[in-house]
Amino acid sequence: MSKIKIKVGMASCGRAAGADKIYKKIESYIKEKNIDASVEETGCIGMCFREPIFEISSKNHKVIYGDLEEIDVPKIIDSFVDENPLQEKAILTNEFDAPENKNLATQTRIVLRNCGIINPESIEDYMENAGYKSLEKALKNMTREEVIAEIKASGLRGRGGAGFPTGLKWEFAYKEKSDKKYIVCNADEGDPGAFMDRSVLEGDPHSILEGMAIGAYAIGADEGYVYCRAEYPLAVKRINIAIKAAEAKGFLGDNILGTDFSFHLKLKEGAGAFVCGEETALIASIEGKRGMPRIRPPFPAQSGIWGKPTNINNVETFANIAWIIKNGANEFSKYGTEKSKGTKVFALAGKIKKSGLVEVPIGMTLREVIFDIGGGMKTEKDFKAVQLGGPSGGCIPKELLDTKIDYDTIQATGAIMGSGGMVVMDESTCMIDVAKFFLSFVQSESCGKCTFCRIGSKRMLEILDKISKGEGEMEDINTLKELAVKVKDSSLCGLGQTAPNPVLTTLKYFEDEYIAHIKDKKCPAGVCTNLLTYEIQPDRCVGCGMCAKVCPVDAISGEIKKVFEIDQSKCIKCGACFNTCKFNAIEKK
Amino acid sequence: MKFPNEIEEVFTKYENQKGNLIPIMQSIQEIEGYLSKESIKLISNKTGISISEIYGVATFYSLFRLKPQGKHVIRVCQGTACHVGNSKDILRAVREKLNLTEMEETTADNEFTIMEVACLGCCSLSPVIMIDDTTYGKLTPNSVKKIINNYDK
Repeated sequence: MSKIKIKVGMASCGRAAGADKIYKKIESYIKEKNIDASVEETGCIGMCFREPIFEISSKNHKVIYGDLEEIDVPKIIDSFVDENPLQEKAILTNEFDAPENKNLATQTRIVLRNCGIINPESIEDYMENAGYKSLEKALKNMTREEVIAEIKASGLRGRGGAGFPTGLKWEFAYKEKSDKKYIVCNADEGDPGAFMDRSVLEGDPHSILEGMAIGAYAIGADEGYVYCRAEYPLAVKRINIAIKAAEAKGFLGDNILGTDFSFHLKLKEGAGAFVCGEETALIASIEGKRGMPRIRPPFPAQSGIWGKPTNINNVETFANIAWIIKNGANEFSKYGTEKSKGTKVFALAGKIKKSGLVEVPIGMTLREVIFDIGGGMKTEKDFKAVQLGGPSGGCIPKELLDTKIDYDTIQATGAIMGSGGMVVMDESTCMIDVAKFFLSFVQSESCGKCTFCRIGSKRMLEILDKISKGEGEMEDINTLKELAVKVKDSSLCGLGQTAPNPVLTTLKYFEDEYIAHIKDKKCPAGVCTNLLTYEIQPDRCVGCGMCAKVCPVDAISGEIKKVFEIDQSKCIKCGACFNTCKFNAIEKK
Repeated sequence: MKFPNEIEEVFTKYENQKGNLIPIMQSIQEIEGYLSKESIKLISNKTGISISEIYGVATFYSLFRLKPQGKHVIRVCQGTACHVGNSKDILRAVREKLNLTEMEETTADNEFTIMEVACLGCCSLSPVIMIDDTTYGKLTPNSVKKIINNYDK
């Protein structure tokens, strides 16, 4: 075994931040200097704001370094050769002070237990960390009923958004009598702003496979699918590798671990349709059809893929299963609130300092997650709202920061817990623009089956567009509210039923901003371009002419060293001059 | 029209598999870059599924393309975090760099196709784009132009 071990965070986020280059540099440096060291890939540890990251360990030391550049690599490796770890760029260690030392200690990692720790392409690594032991325990020491009872007792609720009790769902599928049953993992993580499923798929794929195999045993399924978004190529690759490895080791396939339980698993790539996150649409998609939801009942537990009983759970839900079987329901239900047990992974993004993934017991407040764990705001601008739950969710304002994050309390605010995406917004975010953003997303992703979802959302979008252009009337607010109720009531699936949420929550908490757009014809955040004017401040303009140079429509004119001027009739409000001026001489109003 | 052997192999691979339409379409698009009229007819002949049904599936899912695409595909993320991080400016910069108007998707020389996508799941590095299979994060209008330069012929 090598003296020094290096693990580079190589999930999509790490790669996007340049982890590939770091990895290559490590490889070439240890080869060049003939250092006794090994390097391998690992998943995302969640501290995306510090990417690229690697963990390096020797006999006596272990340190995680972040914000890395290629030039840091030799210095760090050399310091480990000398058994005297470099302190610069260290972000987490228990040997000396480092900025993120407390980062993981404030979290409770069940779902992310292996992410950023094991090599996701090595089944041996997973097995060394108790991998597939829970499957063995379930198959050899527990009856199917006992497995279901354990999951029920744990209080685990579906992590995809709706929060339906998982054990109960399994029991429905278990009770159906059929010659064939299916189990499906919904890995079609479509909520913009949520990326925890991607992280688990990329960082710990076997935990999902193990959870699915246990579920298949419990409900009596012998075939399963992982339905994964095609926009996640690395996740697709790693799941495929994991399936092959698990088959080779006998954790998937016929007569698993010498029992009479057989389970075959396949990966299905999605083809880009948000609505396929809905169970019945997902089933249609697996069958090779347009992913249109249908009326329930019959529920998938009665009639799913090809009319057979089918159980669908989300990635994060499955990632909890092996842990619960291993540690017991009681251990799991110690975490969380009375009605929402366990932990939840949140994806922190937007204007937050420590963007990335965190896993905390359910029931923490928004303030604790955003300010204590997430480090608060990235810029000096004030917190304005947090968007929770993606297009089906809503914007929660400052006044409600002490709200506890559990399924029911969040729902009471008008948002939903959803898959756990939290996008933090500051004063430079316009709430009408946000509402418009989500509505245009839902509108274009509506499958078109239900009239109110198809046309109602379109009409709502047109009204928001009108308001953002300064052409709104006060009556529009009432029309929006009226349409919202109708779209909710007259849509078949979750997409339509929740589509108005972003509009309703912004209207509820930020109505004054709507009024500012309608009555004062102003966008307080300075986002809605039609309501903006750019003006050059004569006292600050030095006459450098840079603004005139970048203006794409030649709206700015003037003589060098004299004050320039913007022709408002030509200005398209692109903001190029504003971003270019080094003297803050251009004001946005 | 003669189809390459690779395409014949796709049909052999998925023969007699239930629900094989989408994987067949995905594989053929992988080979040809898009779904041509001819290949849709071929899929219909081979599977017995009507052309209209295949067309229905092709137009339902955003990843299927009915027009040829450029050598490189640039996916500009328009997810929530990117939106809040001014991804519109990134989109504008990419279009400007490639001389594309809002209605155009592919450059005249067939080098680049630009697509707006919902979320690439790299929210912590927003704004983000993906060129082919490589993701780039923490972009500015200037840096994105430089990145595209690296792909220029």
